[in-house]
Amino acid sequence: MDITQKWIPFSAPRLRARAVLMPFFGVLLFLLGWQALAQWGGLPAFILPSPAQVGARFVRALAEGSLARHTGITLGEVLLGLVSGVSAGTILGYLAAKHKALEEFLAPALAASQAIPIVALAPLLVIWFGAGIFSKILVGGLIVFFPVLVNTMTGLRAVPRPLTELMRSLRASPWQILWHLEIPAALPVFLSGLKMGATLSVIGAVVGELVGANGGLGFLINLGRGQFDTALVFVATFTLAGMALLLYGAVHLLEKTLLAWQEKA
Amino acid sequence: MSTLLPPLALRVQNLSITYPDANAGLHALGPVSFEIPTRQFVCVLGPSGSGKSTLLRALAGLLPPNAGQVNFLSPTNPRIGFVFQQSNLMPWRTVLENILLPLELEGMPRDLARQKAAELVLLVGLESFENSLPRDLSGGMAQRVALARALVHDPDILLLDEPFGSLDALTRERMWAELSRIWQARQKTVLMVTHSISEALFLADRVLVFSARPGRMRLDLPIPLPRPREDEMRYTPAFGKLARQLKDAIEEDR
Repeated sequence: MDITQKWIPFSAPRLRARAVLMPFFGVLLFLLGWQALAQWGGLPAFILPSPAQVGARFVRALAEGSLARHTGITLGEVLLGLVSGVSAGTILGYLAAKHKALEEFLAPALAASQAIPIVALAPLLVIWFGAGIFSKILVGGLIVFFPVLVNTMTGLRAVPRPLTELMRSLRASPWQILWHLEIPAALPVFLSGLKMGATLSVIGAVVGELVGANGGLGFLINLGRGQFDTALVFVATFTLAGMALLLYGAVHLLEKTLLAWQEKA
Repeated sequence: MSTLLPPLALRVQNLSITYPDANAGLHALGPVSFEIPTRQFVCVLGPSGSGKSTLLRALAGLLPPNAGQVNFLSPTNPRIGFVFQQSNLMPWRTVLENILLPLELEGMPRDLARQKAAELVLLVGLESFENSLPRDLSGGMAQRVALARALVHDPDILLLDEPFGSLDALTRERMWAELSRIWQARQKTVLMVTHSISEALFLADRVLVFSARPGRMRLDLPIPLPRPREDEMRYTPAFGKLARQLKDAIEEDR
């Protein structure tokens, strides 16, 4: 079988190794370029600190305990925003999928949410609800709410009608139809909404913090900027990126577990 | 009525269906009346739009009748086994889990349900595919799973809506033999909609021919061909005569 032999170089283990190595090389190249720019670019440290300086600042912030404290605040806001936005979006999405009138009622809000960035509401929410964590949870919750709502609705609308008829011919109750059909059938679209929401919730919380806060990574970014401690700005930014990646990864893992039945792409 | 006749599985009286959503209301079916004794295999033939599928959907309780009556042998909540043109399997469930769905909905304990479903897996000859997902099945296999699912809860009637319509010709004819065998093994009352005269003649005890819209019964023809029905039967004069009769009835209004 000549044809199979030709395909051996592209076998699965090698592809997997490549999938791990390529991102690693990408990051390495980025760090090297950055170090070179900082070292020979003639830029002062408050404009562009080197990776080594940022690393040292990271260790110091960690040792002081301030990084953990501010990360904790932001993470709390993000998770609470995510939970509230996802719950509200799912429930309302379900109801809107079932009742055309509710969907029509929500339509202007949905259109507006596509047109303006929700983060633009952050200053208002901070004015109304203060510099504490509540206003951040609201921004995060709102920003998550819309994609989850839309995807819940789309997912439920996409439940194949013949399957609904099958369930009805078996005299399934509405709850049984929800549990055995609608939830699993809507899950793929719902989870891609959740994935979007997970990263958006980080953005929401941080924008809220940048507008006005007394704690959190966004607050830390403002603090570093004010004190020309640019390395601290980098530390906070990277921590945020890490947080967003972890959340995204968690949803991705959830997706892989729950949607194992789907055809591999 | 003679006491030798088996009891009725289904009695349909003056059933009439109009779809409300079409502008003036689309009168799809009826009035039709017929009776089916238990364990009879009945095929419904007719041109497209003769309300054949509508009839099945009404019997399954998916459509409200506008007029007339439907009575099953068991007066309350008849159990329905429905096989559609597409297999309609849940892609997230394995073969076995798809088959046991009706039992799960009835609240049967998991172990017992699995055991019953496993029997059906054997009956339809899919023993090594119990744990496969629908995406790994061919069209014929998927339709066997759908058939097993329709039988697992021991339904009062099996409603088949062109169940082999999406299969290729060879697979379809193999499925006829399978269905005959399963029907004889499980002793079910069957009402099957089809477009194919050969299919009806291979399977049915009796064929109902419906007219074009609104569907009304044009012919009620018993099929006295001996069983098991083999491929050679196609070339017998009796088969040819019955096929001719059915074709004439279908094409009467052209």
